[in-house]
Formats: sequence, C-alpha cells, structure tokens
Amino acid sequence: MTPLAPVSRAARLLLGIGFFVVFVAAWAAITYGGMVPPLFLASPGATLVAGWSLFTEFNFIGDIAITVFRVVCGFLIAAAIAVPVGLAMGAFKSVEAFLEPFVSFARYLPASAFIPLLILWAGVDEAQKLAVIFIGSVFQIIIMVAVIAAATRRDLVEAASTLGARSWGVVFRVIIPSAAPQVAETLRLVLGWAWTYVIVAELIGAQSGIGHMIMDSQRLLDTGQMIFGIVMIGLIGLVTDVLVKALNRRLFPWAVI
Amino acid sequence: MSDKTLHIQGVTRSFGDMLALQPVDLTVAPGEFVAVLGPSGCGKSTLLRIVAGLDRPTAGTVALDATPVTGPGPERGMVFQSYTLFPWLTVEQNIRFGLREAGRPEAEQREIAARFIARTGLTGFENHWPKQLSGGMQQRCALARALANDPEMLLLDEPFGALDHQTRELMQELLLEIWEADRKTVLFVTHDIDEAVFLASRVLVISARPGRIKAEVPVPLPYPRDWTVKTSPEFAALKARLMADIREEVRRSAEA
Repeated sequence: MTPLAPVSRAARLLLGIGFFVVFVAAWAAITYGGMVPPLFLASPGATLVAGWSLFTEFNFIGDIAITVFRVVCGFLIAAAIAVPVGLAMGAFKSVEAFLEPFVSFARYLPASAFIPLLILWAGVDEAQKLAVIFIGSVFQIIIMVAVIAAATRRDLVEAASTLGARSWGVVFRVIIPSAAPQVAETLRLVLGWAWTYVIVAELIGAQSGIGHMIMDSQRLLDTGQMIFGIVMIGLIGLVTDVLVKALNRRLFPWAVI
Repeated sequence: MSDKTLHIQGVTRSFGDMLALQPVDLTVAPGEFVAVLGPSGCGKSTLLRIVAGLDRPTAGTVALDATPVTGPGPERGMVFQSYTLFPWLTVEQNIRFGLREAGRPEAEQREIAARFIARTGLTGFENHWPKQLSGGMQQRCALARALANDPEMLLLDEPFGALDHQTRELMQELLLEIWEADRKTVLFVTHDIDEAVFLASRVLVISARPGRIKAEVPVPLPYPRDWTVKTSPEFAALKARLMADIREEVRRSAEA
C-alpha cells in the first residue's frame, strides 16, 4: 500500500461493500453463536423478519414518510434562513461582528435540551418536531457558510472590482458563486445531523415516525424491530448522501477535480 | 487608442512603520508602454495596485487626466500574476464579466467577447472551464477579459511571471501585437529585463525597498518589434545597462 496512491473504482466499490460484509458477519457470529441473548441483540435474520412484519403489519412506510417529511421540512426552513444570513456574515464584517458572538453561543445549545420547552410552546405536533431540527441545524449552517464566504479568494474579488463590479456585483457574482459548492457540501453534512435531531424529537412525545416506532418496540422488548429501525435510518442517510453528492457534481461541474 | 494621461504625484506607501514606496512622481502619456522594472519586494506591485485603486497611497495622488483615482474601475483594466479567471464561468462568460457588470446588451457582450476570443487565440475554447486551460491560455483569457471593457489603460502585474519561458515569449509577442494595434496605455510590472526591453517604450528602474524611481531608460527600438530584435546590438546594449542597475538593487535588497 503506497501512501496517497489512488485505487480503482472497482476496488473502491468492492472494499466499501467488503466492510458491510465483515460487519454483518461479525453480527451474525455473535448472535447465532449464542454469545449474547436474543433479547439484547437480535440476529440478522430475526431483524429482517421483524422488518418484514413492520412493513406488512405496522405500516412502517407511513412512519418513514413522516420522519423524512420532518427532516426535509425542518432542514429546508433552517437552510433557507441560515444560508443568506451566513453569506451576509461572510461578506460583510459589520454583520459578522453583530451576529457572530450570538451564533457561536447558540450553536452550543443542544437541540434536544429544547424539547421540553418546545413541547410547552408548540405542543407535541409537527411544529415541535420541525423546531427541534431547525434549532439543531440553523446555527451550524450559519457559522459554516459564514466561514466559507469569508474565505473567498481575495484576488478574485480584486479582479472583479477592476472589471467594474461594485459591492453587490462582488457579492452576487463572486462571493456567492465561489462559495456555492462548499455551501452545498455543508448542507449535505448538516442534513446528516438533522436525522439525529428528528429521532430524538420522535423519542419524546410523538405518535408517529421511526423514532416513535423504536420507542414502541422497546416497550415490547422487540430488539429486532429496534435494530431494523436504526438500520433503516442509516440506509436512508446513505442513499440521500449519494444522491446529494451526485446533484452537487451536476450543479458545479467547474468545481469537480 | 487611449487619450488620457496618467499623473502620479508624490505617491508614497508605508505599511505600519515600514516604508514600501518613497515619493514617486510619474506621468504616463496616452498610448505609452511603460515597464516598471525592479527586484522582488521593491514596491513595484504596490505602485501598480495604487494606480489600480486596489491600495491607497499613504500620501500623494493618482489621476487619469483630471479625474482622481479613488478606487478600482473598469477604465483601468488589470491582469494579475496569479490566475484570476472566475472558475465557475466559462472562457466566454469570463470575458463578458465586465460588460455584463456595465449592463451592456447581451448581443453586444457576445459580439465583443467573440472578437477578443479570436484576437487572443482562444477560438474553440469558448465553453471551457478555466481549470481545463493551460496557464498561458488562462492569462490570454485574463487579458481578453480586461480588454473587453475597452479600458483607458492596462495594468499588468507580472502577468507572465508564472509561465514557462517559451510560453512567456509567445505571450509577450501577443501582447505587443495587441498594443501595436490598439495603442492602449500600458503599465507593466516585471522583474525580467528582456521582457521590459522587448515590450516597453520606456523602462523605469525601481530601487530596492523602499522603492523609488532610480532610473528612467527610453527604449528607442522602433515598433512594430518582433522576436529578432532581441538579438540586435541595441537590445544588448540596453540590457547591459539595465542589468547593471538591477544587479546593484538586487544586491542591496538581499543585504537589507
């Protein structure tokens, strides 16, 4: 193995799948081998059976749909506010001076700690779930977008101004397009975090969703269903990630190396 | 053809306690090609950036005819040593950047861009991204982008400094050809003596930091010039003279 030497596409794919195989094999070995009781950890087979019954008997598709809806909505609302604010902070030092201290403070507030308050304010319906995701995402996006925008290459800004661009021209035709690919990458990252917030929100005071299903399964001591729910979240995350990456490559062909 | 005169009067620049530029007085007539030659770190780029409006002088004034320079503007087009094409715009869109900023109609933008694409030998690369171009092509595109604005003067900050020797010579010839046709005022910063003598009608030697104009050497070689002029005795004599000036400054800046 040579340091930093690239590997072929086929090898990369094979290695990536390889670890999943190793992981499932280890899981199978300790469960079928009787090293842990099935009550603590269901076997891969039992998990699949539990998953099948979730889909056929318990309308799991409905849970998945409502959870995806919550993640996407909460995240989009957060992004719609955070991206412009972050860009403004990155582009204008006075805006940065005004907002940066507060945002830096606010982004350390754990979204889950707001759940009791949010239940008080917004009840246990959708608004509360979206609010948790919103609080968890919005400050992170603001800070990261601000850093990206502030790192705009100075020579490009100077080139634009010698070509006749004024303040708004520099913002809209240099800072924003130059930040766009990294902002898209940031959104992809934060979307992953949004999934952890939605599940936390659904563990407390929810009547639907993947998180609620996991809580229900715990009451019934059905570890198969619980594990299937967790694995499902991972799979949805993986698929979204691949899709968003492909979208970013299409949107920003100039940035692809 | 340019018709405005650049007036630089008593321009100095210090960064904190460090004096980068001693008072500089310079007048550049319309259509002149002036090379600013000096060792690295002598403040020649600082002077150019002040003329561009990207930097403010600590004292003194810069004016184009009677209009004082207070900031960057499209009438003073600039090409930088670093590659400054906008990576998210194609070659053609890069060249149209200034025209679009000026609110010119799209048909006119396209027509002007096509003309400069042809003049800088970029035909066939209109829709390429900058990262797909060689360094020489990127700088040709940057030159086309500055020229598309039809500026009063061109400010060139070691634009060919990052290119290999052969590409650099071709770029010098292209620039000379464009200048001979358009007669735009050019202020060209370089540390390359051959480049300065080959291109310029007047060479200013800048001293080691803090920079000042140490010598002013007219280059009487007639235009149009081509590469053969580089082997002429007149060229050699000018080069020898400038080399003596520059060597002394390089030594002084190495000791400083």
